Amino acid sequence: MAEILAFEHASIAYDGRAGRQIILNDVDFSIGEGEALGLVGESSCGKSTVALAAMRYLPRGMSVIDGRIRVEGRDIAGLTDRELSRIRGNRIAMVYQDPMSSLNPVMPIGKQLMEVPLLHGETDENAAFRRAVAMLEEVRLPAAAAMMERYPHQLSGGQQQRVVIAMALMAKPALLIMDEPTTGLDVTIEAAILELVRELRAKFGTAILFISHNLGTVARICDRIGVLYAGRMVETGRIGAVFRSPSHPYTRGLLGALPRLSGGGRRGRLRPIEGTIAAADRARPGCAFAPRCSFAARHECEERPILMVELGDGHLARCARLDAVRASAEDDRAAAASAATDGAPIVLRVRKLSKEYKLTGLFGGEKKGVVRAVTDVDLDARAGETLAIVGESGCGKSTLARIVSGLLAGTSGEVKLGETDLAKLEVDDRPPEIRRQIQMVFQNPDSTLNPSHSIAYALSRPLRMLRNLASGDAKTEVSKLLAQVRLPVEVAERMPHQLSGGQRQRVAIARALAGKPKLVVADEPVSALDVSVQAAILNLLGELLEQSRLGLVLISHDLALVRHMADWVAVMYLGRVVEYGPVAQVFSPPFHPYTEALLRAAPTPDPDAAPPTAALEGMMPSPTEIIVGCAFASRCPSRIAEQCDTTPPPVRQFGEHRIACHLELGRQAPAERGGRTEIRSSIS
Amino acid sequence: MLRYSAKQLLNMALTLFAVSFLVFALNELSPGDVTRKILGPYASQSQVDHLTREMGLDRPALVRYFEYMGKALTGNFGNSIYYRQPVSELMWDRLGNTLLLAAISFAVIVPISVLLGVLAGMRERGWFDRAVSIFSSICASIPEFAMGVFLLAIFVVWLGVLPGTSPLRGDAGWAIWMQFVLPVLVVTFYDAGYLIAMVRSSMVEVMRQPYIRTALLKGNSFRNVVAKHALRNALITPFTVILLQLNYLVSGLVVVETLFAYPGFGRLMLEAALAKDIAVLEAGTLVAVSVTMLTQLFGDLGYMALDPRIRV
Repeated sequence: MAEILAFEHASIAYDGRAGRQIILNDVDFSIGEGEALGLVGESSCGKSTVALAAMRYLPRGMSVIDGRIRVEGRDIAGLTDRELSRIRGNRIAMVYQDPMSSLNPVMPIGKQLMEVPLLHGETDENAAFRRAVAMLEEVRLPAAAAMMERYPHQLSGGQQQRVVIAMALMAKPALLIMDEPTTGLDVTIEAAILELVRELRAKFGTAILFISHNLGTVARICDRIGVLYAGRMVETGRIGAVFRSPSHPYTRGLLGALPRLSGGGRRGRLRPIEGTIAAADRARPGCAFAPRCSFAARHECEERPILMVELGDGHLARCARLDAVRASAEDDRAAAASAATDGAPIVLRVRKLSKEYKLTGLFGGEKKGVVRAVTDVDLDARAGETLAIVGESGCGKSTLARIVSGLLAGTSGEVKLGETDLAKLEVDDRPPEIRRQIQMVFQNPDSTLNPSHSIAYALSRPLRMLRNLASGDAKTEVSKLLAQVRLPVEVAERMPHQLSGGQRQRVAIARALAGKPKLVVADEPVSALDVSVQAAILNLLGELLEQSRLGLVLISHDLALVRHMADWVAVMYLGRVVEYGPVAQVFSPPFHPYTEALLRAAPTPDPDAAPPTAALEGMMPSPTEIIVGCAFASRCPSRIAEQCDTTPPPVRQFGEHRIACHLELGRQAPAERGGRTEIRSSIS
Repeated sequence: MLRYSAKQLLNMALTLFAVSFLVFALNELSPGDVTRKILGPYASQSQVDHLTREMGLDRPALVRYFEYMGKALTGNFGNSIYYRQPVSELMWDRLGNTLLLAAISFAVIVPISVLLGVLAGMRERGWFDRAVSIFSSICASIPEFAMGVFLLAIFVVWLGVLPGTSPLRGDAGWAIWMQFVLPVLVVTFYDAGYLIAMVRSSMVEVMRQPYIRTALLKGNSFRNVVAKHALRNALITPFTVILLQLNYLVSGLVVVETLFAYPGFGRLMLEAALAKDIAVLEAGTLVAVSVTMLTQLFGDLGYMALDPRIRV
């Protein structure tokens, strides 16, 4: 098997004002023809540097200080610029994380695609055009010829990523580097893109270097996996071997921190990796992971360099205490799951809630249509329980959260907190008492905390404003809040930039708790955090729910997380709740076809799991469209022709479980409908 | 697009109307008596009153305003009381001179700024970038009059190769084109300094975008990336600012025109304001506002042509 890309004990350093910093340390791997290697690790572990180094496109100040990087046998350090341009885009092509910003906004897509063959040997413009159209068809873009004329901003995120993939494949490269290609895409689109990559790989025999923080997507695409920590490869091997018997404590940590679709649910404890990665860890002579490792022993781990140890069949791990690690059983997860609390009092009651925006014409007044962001939503959030709202982007979940928290006013319907109807009251119109009772936690803690105020200030402000505490009382209360979110008291004196992302999110949670709220609305609270940190935050949220009996509305696109955290789930599509009920019932049949599609699309970090399928074709209709029948009819795989388009779906009740669908769901045994049993086995 | 332009033109007419009224009103409120100015300090009060009546200045301001506007709509902007000449003749002549100076300066400034800005910004913190940044900030920070005096000292007093004044008359012993060199130079140094910095920072921003990386990693040469992918994107932001320079070049050249005794529009306006020559002032303001609004309209249209994401 010819070797396409090889890192031979390569080390990369950044020389800056603060001296030399090691970014990659003795990284050694190779990718053969048609092979797929996945690289995983937390942010700043050096994954992207590997990708850029393979293209010899390192940021200013970074250089290879040791070892070699070879492409098809040639050391790329010695290539001239001209030779390098013949490799880039031609032998190795790249797909990037954010497709929108990776495409030139002022150039039609066709032109950007045709550039690749024209740069690499093709001289005939017409031939290049035909090749570009053919490639757009390969990546399943509709009306490929018309697509050539369009600009990136006229496409959806999923379509943009298909264009980027098409562009990368234009020259039939030997290696495709994909750097977080599905991060930021909806789960259904992610599944479709991954499916496409698999197909194209089978068809063109392209080798893949797949970089991701998501173990599930890696398991889906790759043959082999490499785990990076602080610039070092700590474990590598075949996907099956590494997932079944993870040998480095860090790999174990990553796998253990992950909430899973198949998990026990009800907030069983996840095992976060304690501590955070520090810049100084990269420079450690011994194991970089030692400060966070529960197996670490001073002599063995910290004093001398640790070498990779072969465990058989290409499975290698860089750990001095392998025997101890392998001898210990993996912790039994989900042990601390608590029993469901039946009949918890309802904190928030949403009935028939709708939100419409009227579009106005150029001169104002002239009606162009109505955007229905939320339509007839019925939900309850209960004390001490989590209500999760899931759905693709644009399904109205964030609008709903904003109405509940008062950032928007609803158009009609009820949002009742106790006896007060808040549907039409924006924050400023709400009585202070109500404002105190509903608090929010946002996705990005960096932008929630004012960078120029200390943590103590950030926390004492709501105490004084919402609870009218005097400054002395507020001070003691700040310490209590910090203790509640498991942060040391000293944090109070720090500024937001001195904290890590996870710590900042804890502060954001403490801020939300400051007013002793009855309801907390959390909009994607952990999706900006690394897996290891995410687990700790989730555990914290779970504990707080039980202690303070507050209701949590959790907005998330991550089904595994929802399965783990939620007591109740509402699945939203195009502003409507299509399925609602206790989490265990929503995640098992009977399903609404949309829920089923979402579940099938979710990647699971299990190499043996049935491959997720992209059951959904097409896109969510525009919220301006007037829908008579079922909102999901245009994409539903089990659509009943006439009925679904013309008649609103009846709501089928199964106890507390509601599904809005025309299918006679209740009467069918799960096994009769294709694929259902398979889902059941993977989630129960 | 047509609809948008029509709307903008309508907007422009309304703005012109409002501005003309404001200028008229402000002039009415400001102290000083036009007739007294015309007749001088030694005229008797009865002479002043007589002229006031004769010029119709004793009638209510609103009546005079509408009378003036009525005439202005037919192209008659009245007579200048200071220059004793119909405003239309006076102004087109001066405006023509200024537009000529503006056009020449614009034709020099824009290519220089774009070229230097792009070359500097494509390699951030390279030696060329540093040199250009220093040059542009020096240029932009020296005021026009200082730069003018400085250049006069070198080229007129010391070397004696260029004329010190630019009255645009052939009888002064210097060819007309030579009379343009120094005014254009002063304007260019001052204005290009600012524009170069604008284009440079936009270019720097664009070169950091992921699509530039995409273009490079497709196998494009650096030169290709700059020309095909970066240039157009880098011009989007500075485009409006570049067009805004036209306003400055038409009505903001007072200093340069005064310095070189250049018979231009800016100087005309200054003199008219000092003399309370309302007819000239009104007409001049309307011209200046029209230029501003027209460049804005062209700016918007050009912006749309450059950036496909913007549509009206």
